Amino acid sequence: MKKIAGHPESLLNVQTKYCGGCGHGIIHRILCEVIDEMGLRTKTVITNPVGCAIWADLYFDTDTVQPAHGRTPAAATGIKRVLPDHLVICYQGDGDLAAIGTAEMVHAANRGEKFTTIFVNNAIYGMTGGQMAPTTLVGQKATTAPLGRDPDEAGMGYPIRVLEMLATLEGTRYLARGAVNNPGNVRKLKGYIRKALEAQMAGVGFTMVEVLSQCPTNWGMDPIKAVDWLENNMIPFYKLGEIKDGIEAAKAAIAQGGSK
Amino acid sequence: MSGTTTEKTLMKGNEAIAEAAIRAGCTAYFGYPITPQNELIAWMADRLIPMGRVFIQAESEVAAINMVFGAASAGKRAMTSSSSPGISLKQEGLSYSAGADLPLVYVNMVRGGPGLGSIAPAQSDFNQSTKGGGHGDYRVIVLAPASVQECADLTYLAFDLADKWRMPALILGDGVVGTMMEGVALPPMRDLSTLPDKSSWAVGEQYKTDRKSRHISSLDLVPAELEKKVFNRFERYAKMAAEETRFEAVECEDADVVIVAYGTSARVSLGAVQEARKQGLKIGLLRPITLFPFPSAELDRLAKAGKRFLCVEMSMGQMRDEIRLATHDRSEIGLIAHVGGVVPTEEEVFAEAKKMLAGGKK
Repeated sequence: MKKIAGHPESLLNVQTKYCGGCGHGIIHRILCEVIDEMGLRTKTVITNPVGCAIWADLYFDTDTVQPAHGRTPAAATGIKRVLPDHLVICYQGDGDLAAIGTAEMVHAANRGEKFTTIFVNNAIYGMTGGQMAPTTLVGQKATTAPLGRDPDEAGMGYPIRVLEMLATLEGTRYLARGAVNNPGNVRKLKGYIRKALEAQMAGVGFTMVEVLSQCPTNWGMDPIKAVDWLENNMIPFYKLGEIKDGIEAAKAAIAQGGSK
Repeated sequence: MSGTTTEKTLMKGNEAIAEAAIRAGCTAYFGYPITPQNELIAWMADRLIPMGRVFIQAESEVAAINMVFGAASAGKRAMTSSSSPGISLKQEGLSYSAGADLPLVYVNMVRGGPGLGSIAPAQSDFNQSTKGGGHGDYRVIVLAPASVQECADLTYLAFDLADKWRMPALILGDGVVGTMMEGVALPPMRDLSTLPDKSSWAVGEQYKTDRKSRHISSLDLVPAELEKKVFNRFERYAKMAAEETRFEAVECEDADVVIVAYGTSARVSLGAVQEARKQGLKIGLLRPITLFPFPSAELDRLAKAGKRFLCVEMSMGQMRDEIRLATHDRSEIGLIAHVGGVVPTEEEVFAEAKKMLAGGKK
């Protein structure tokens, strides 16, 4: 008899430290399901971010590496370059990826590094307790934007649409944005993640899946309100879907002996 | 460049370091341009790309050291190089590497500081190099070549030491050491299959055995556990110091005044010792080759034998303080300190040593 559902092998069966209603647990799970389905658990290296997912190495039953805050794309570059046949996953939050590690992320993308970034965007700093993130929406409150993010106040600036920015770079091959606020979106997200990881193993170039994720604790609302808030506030600004898909073109170029 | 160990080639120090690293089995180099080490990164690009090894010009020194962190985590011999301002940027990644017990090699061709300073040779990064450099309690192995031959030999050695002691190793030079040309007999090309086996700790290739998943990290939020890790690391440093301290002693045994100098300062000082000996003056030279571990026991032995010291350094007494500690402040220690890219002259060193000699014991 074939088991068609169960706890993913790549995910340890332990209780996480994540808060109730946090999206990280769902993201970990579907990522691990895809790794399992591809049969790559023992050929995977995940780089952890600094932020709430710093504990990822307690949960993933794969090899992991913990670099400094924001330097994960650089470390993942080093790992993937010396282990090119491995599945390398760069797991980052919005502060890690779009603030302190912007240079590392943009240049890894521009080099067309052949790892996959899972970018968890919950529009807030979680681990340090609710400070403004580069992706915090205009008007959204944070401990460092107590009256709400105001682009003209205290250098707060504007929320960054990372995928749209990266789409202009030729090294990026697949950029998709999903969400974990309802089962339908989770299923779509899993498809994006599978497509990105398969593209990585086909060697096509830089792949990133952004995940809009809820943070009830630091948004100051209960989990049910949080999934609605994500739907009504984040999705209108951060459009869901495949922002860029150059996978088939890249595969064709590889087949013709062009860009590898 | 298929030279054997006996055939001599004319090379710059930066080039000799790069070629020796390749021969030592460095399969991944990540760097960012900065003077005075640009020959090194160019040599790496020329050689590594056709060899099919990894070469990346990173977007910053910060990125470069973290790429090294990744490659070293996967058990590969990896390296980066820079000069003072860039090395300051690398301190974050070096602290994380030391905290994760990762072996790697990095090169600092020191220039005048602080800040942008100058591009001329200096030794002002002595304290940064020998006391850790980044945040937290840790050390790196520091090797200070004084010739192009030593650039090659010490780089070759650095990879072995880093692997053996599971810690970063630094080649510390300056603009003179990096850009001067001398004859060098290059070490043989290491067969990569003979490199130390790191399968007991590195990530990757989990499928080859049935081992548990591994986590390369410097994080430990339990104070007593983290303290134990740091204690263990310092025990390892002490063992390493006992085995790996290296220095060169020239005419020290009968000397009344012993000059202490490394790298470029030692080359200048050697000329002063040769001139002194021609004139029958009892002046010697103690040249530390490892700055961490520092040859403290040898200096203490010389101090107990009644020697006085003249420290010649291109920094503001940073190494002099290390000599004071090593000799328990029991000896007179003169100081010639130049900074900002100014190199001491042989005449100046000779005159000062002669003056100390004439002054007799205090």
